[in-house]
Amino acid sequence: MILEGPVNVLKIDLESSSWKLEEREDLVGWLGGVGVATQLFMEEAAWDKPPLAPEQPIIFAIGPFSGIYPLATKVVAVFRSPLTEEWGESYAGMRAAIALRFAGYDAVVIKGKAPRPTYLVIDEKGVAFKDARGVWGLDTEETGRLLREFEGGRGRRSIWRIGPAGENLVPLAGVNVDTYRHFGRLGLGALLGSKNLKALVVLGNRSYPIKNPTAYNRVYEKIYRAVVGTPLLSKYHYIGTAENILALNAQGSLPTLNLKASRFEKAEEVSGERFGRESLFRILACAGCPLGCIHVGVYRRPHPKGAGYISTTLAYDYEPIYALGPMLGLDAVDKVYALLREVEASGLDVISTGVVLAWATEALERGVVSEKETLVPLRFGAVESYIQATQYLAQPPNDFYRALGRGLRYATRIYGGEDFALILGGHEMAGYHTGYAFLLGQSVGARHSHLCNAGYSFDQTRKGDYTPEELVQYLLEEEAWRNVLNSLVICLFARKAYTPEVTAEALQALGRETDPQELMILGRKILRQKWEAKKRLGYTLDQIPLPPRRYFETPSGQGLLDPETYAALLKLYREKFASFLNA
Amino acid sequence: MARAIRVKDPDRCIGCYSCMLACARLVHRSHSLTKSAIRVQTRGGLQSKWGIDVCRACPDAPCAEACPTGALTPRAGGGVIWRRNKCSRCGNCANACVLRVIHFDEEGYPIICLYCGHCARFCPQEVIVWEEIGP
Ligand code: SF4
Ligand code: SF4
Ligand code: SF4
Repeated sequence: MILEGPVNVLKIDLESSSWKLEEREDLVGWLGGVGVATQLFMEEAAWDKPPLAPEQPIIFAIGPFSGIYPLATKVVAVFRSPLTEEWGESYAGMRAAIALRFAGYDAVVIKGKAPRPTYLVIDEKGVAFKDARGVWGLDTEETGRLLREFEGGRGRRSIWRIGPAGENLVPLAGVNVDTYRHFGRLGLGALLGSKNLKALVVLGNRSYPIKNPTAYNRVYEKIYRAVVGTPLLSKYHYIGTAENILALNAQGSLPTLNLKASRFEKAEEVSGERFGRESLFRILACAGCPLGCIHVGVYRRPHPKGAGYISTTLAYDYEPIYALGPMLGLDAVDKVYALLREVEASGLDVISTGVVLAWATEALERGVVSEKETLVPLRFGAVESYIQATQYLAQPPNDFYRALGRGLRYATRIYGGEDFALILGGHEMAGYHTGYAFLLGQSVGARHSHLCNAGYSFDQTRKGDYTPEELVQYLLEEEAWRNVLNSLVICLFARKAYTPEVTAEALQALGRETDPQELMILGRKILRQKWEAKKRLGYTLDQIPLPPRRYFETPSGQGLLDPETYAALLKLYREKFASFLNA
Repeated sequence: MARAIRVKDPDRCIGCYSCMLACARLVHRSHSLTKSAIRVQTRGGLQSKWGIDVCRACPDAPCAEACPTGALTPRAGGGVIWRRNKCSRCGNCANACVLRVIHFDEEGYPIICLYCGHCARFCPQEVIVWEEIGP
């Protein structure tokens, strides 16, 4: 285990159906999670090969807290993104982390391409390579059901699988985890597809003795109580992240109708409160999280042939509702569910799907493309066309959907319309038109996600009251610290409980001598490594284009944004960046 | 008064496994999902309901009745007391347990509930409670 010995790296070669375990003493200094995964990526990446080449690695990692402390529930995946063609990093929860922990692996590296459709069973005995030919082509739900029935380990296993989108190598494809969570962003699903890898079943029955029960139990209880007892976190449990719909709408930060607006007239109709009242069926937690933020609703609808009613359960959160609701003008709980069901089944990233469809809708409105391309009359608010278009994204019937499935950076190169393409750093935007910190944060963050450095949070708390230096400093420090949290690998909803002091204390209780200062330095070191990788993959801060014009035409939570102010902030960021990383 | 664990409201369970982890951590001094006398399981996928299996502290406990060595003896008020040094690891107790909640650790010793209440203390949803069960 990671703090009591070397980092256990399971290396799998799909080409030859073989695996080996490496015990890596030298990786211990990188903590775990994204720190270790970044190092492994540096060793394994095929720098001059395209993202979907068989040589490219997929790396999964957990950290020293996984299965050990509350809310250390995530697995990080690192890969070369087929969407941006550069740094790919994505996280999933539910049972993913605890299953890897008790299977006994800190990291898994997968390379090569299986000779035929395959799924893997990873447990404490090693890896089994199983025939997935009969499962290939099935959606994520049916795949999950079958693998649950085929394999053991009920309650202690985690099943990661792709749908048709991943099989068809669509760069917007994600990996569905345990029905309700995902490695959503940056196209990991296409990587699995490119390796003929339909699914992974991870399970484990290992146990590890506790070395210092007194210290460990004390810290455990402290974190547990901080998480369960605080109103700060209970919001994730009660209404869930979907409470952001009304909050962001009130702030004028809710990207609506391809960001032609930042408020949605019908926000009430798709609010978290509304989803709860009309559809909430149960709340679930990732294994090891006493908070529980996973809101599962029932999508109940009349049988298409009139034979009573049918229903499906789907998890809702802020991001899926934002991307399929306001973004596309879908103004009812059931409309969002109808589309979400399709996205889930086909295994697409929900944020990118909503954003590319919004762009396609406006492109059609403006005559940038025609119905010859879109095949269906895409129109804001019209859910049936969107369902059809989502199927087309997952199984492209023409060049247009093939291009759209590669994301807006690619699609706009061919069709134009870049002024209203909602991408930052080549990645479809998350649902926060909050101000400059979000705009800059998603553009410069290592994985171009709103979670790299949480610029939106700075915008929301500072409300425009800051100096440019403060904004830049915040983005840099937050991202560096998050690299520590992502090495552990905790759920970022617990970030307020895992302060540098508590984190150091928790590590000490497991026997690692450290202090907050040392951890902060490590955060920068990991970030530096990531940027090394990004550079080698062809990305530098000097080439960042100005965000598309749309961001400056529609007022944000801080009013209208000005391209020159943005450019000045970017310049400042660039200037501070190198000295920050090397400090 | 003897106390035991009662599963009061399984509909509230969020599947966080805090109870199992507490039993493993505080009773069995292990990081584990299997070294726990309480088990939370789905009945086939996360769409199904949770089932929570734990010793119900039977009066006149069948497991103790089946124990040939006297390692398991009835506890006043219900349930059993287990003595490791008398246990021969025969497995009879698990076969006799009507609720099938006795599992074994890697050395073959049964994992028997101590009625200590740690699991209930860490359940964030009051699904399980630690209650007095009788004289
Ligand atoms: S807060 Fe939500 S996502 Fe995070 S660990 Fe808990 S249940 Fe999982
Ligand atoms: S009462 Fe104690 S021994 Fe019994 S299941 Fe709960 S924590 Fe484990
Ligand atoms: S601690 Fe409570 S809510 Fe969590 S799994 Fe156990 S019974 Fe369910």
